[in-house]
Amino acid sequence: MRILGIESSCDETGIAIYDSERGLEAHTLYSQIELHLEYGGVVPELASRDHVRKTVPLIKQLLAESGLTLADLDGIAYTAGPGLIGALLVGAGIGRSLAWSLGIPAVAVHHMEGHLLAPMLEAEAPAFPFVALLASGGHTMLVQVEGIGQYQLLGETVDDAAGEAFDKTAKLLGLGYPGGPAIAKIAEQGTPGRFRFPRPMTNRPGLEFSFSGLKTFAVNTLAESAGDDQSKADIALAFEVAVAETMAIKCRRALEQTGLKRLVLAGGVSANRRLRQRLAVLAAERGAKLYYPRAEFCTDNGAMIAYAGCARLMAGQSEGLVIQARARWPLEQLSAVT
Amino acid sequence: MVLLSVRDDMAMRALGARLAGACLPGAIIYLVGELGAGKSTLARGFLRALGHEGSVRSPTYTLVEPYELPAGQIYHLDLYRLADPEELEFLGLRDWLTDNAILLVEWPQRGAGVLPAADVIVTIAYDGTARHVTVMAVSEKGRQIAVALAE
Repeated sequence: MRILGIESSCDETGIAIYDSERGLEAHTLYSQIELHLEYGGVVPELASRDHVRKTVPLIKQLLAESGLTLADLDGIAYTAGPGLIGALLVGAGIGRSLAWSLGIPAVAVHHMEGHLLAPMLEAEAPAFPFVALLASGGHTMLVQVEGIGQYQLLGETVDDAAGEAFDKTAKLLGLGYPGGPAIAKIAEQGTPGRFRFPRPMTNRPGLEFSFSGLKTFAVNTLAESAGDDQSKADIALAFEVAVAETMAIKCRRALEQTGLKRLVLAGGVSANRRLRQRLAVLAAERGAKLYYPRAEFCTDNGAMIAYAGCARLMAGQSEGLVIQARARWPLEQLSAVT
Repeated sequence: MVLLSVRDDMAMRALGARLAGACLPGAIIYLVGELGAGKSTLARGFLRALGHEGSVRSPTYTLVEPYELPAGQIYHLDLYRLADPEELEFLGLRDWLTDNAILLVEWPQRGAGVLPAADVIVTIAYDGTARHVTVMAVSEKGRQIAVALAE
């Protein structure tokens, strides 16, 4: 079964083709390619959330580059939530109606399910069940994954996402965007132990996260320091250590609580080396194994949507003749695929 | 215009709650201040006071977080990541502008020209670890809110 996947829940327009026999056949992000004129790539600088003008040309180009046509598709999967309603409706509208016009089934995919299943696109995919830490600019959550559609939210951020904390702290330190790599770079010159940031919400039980306080702590620490480059490097290091340590504490609790031995790290923040190293140490201590998808499938992409949609369509699930998107959509409401 | 000194997080949330108590349906409130000034903290107090019980997630990445509360529909916006005010159209701004919906807007400068005018502008300035807050009315509705807030 060959599935076209469409992701348009926030900033990125991502398109992919996944085949249940051949695996991932093609995938692309609007922001990373040059769209050719013949496919409608006429506007050089489209606004980041202008999915309307990006999606159809991107689908056409990806099919052409893969030597495929619309007739080769057996189903269409699109992100139907959670996310920006205006952005979601574009993918849902195009995906649902294109499937209808082709006489093939369509399936509405939950964006976070896509992320949770992204490691399944790798050669060394984790077996179920596992614990997943999803940390990106927009999300920070721990999820127990028993199987496709069987998710239990163990905890999430009550305010800022981890990636957002990186971006804002970087901005406060006068660094560039995205904040993660910028902070990691100057943190290499940092003096260990000069500053100590709090580990938010670790001194009480639970798997909730809170990162907005770290930003304020960075502001105040910077104001009290000389504000020189060394102080900034020291603050960056202390911040990075605090985030990695906080996540390690929560992941350890999640593994203890669930008794599971597989930990998946996903989302853009998983590119952070200090975090990866810290979680690798944790996994080793607990006799567990750490998995992460390749970097391009950690951030928003169409491949994970095509994969998740393929699993659901293969199980006979599909969306009725309705174009529906949901800004809010609890993970627990998904139906299991058995 | 109302001038206030806010000592810490808790006081900022309390101010948000007071503002919620004084707020009127359909009000558009701009929240202005640097990163870490406490805009989201004030919004948190505002939403809690109107009956929201769950967590108040940052709208920085989602750009908008909608809330359906007994007091009505509230949209918490953060336009920090907006590259162009016209993007507000892609986000569905027109659907939010009903007679009764309250808009709390962080980084309203990024939406200039497309975002509707404010009724109230709340400005938060640093003073060490404390904050100076100015609540300025810029419409008749805003004036009523400011008067209620000062009481």
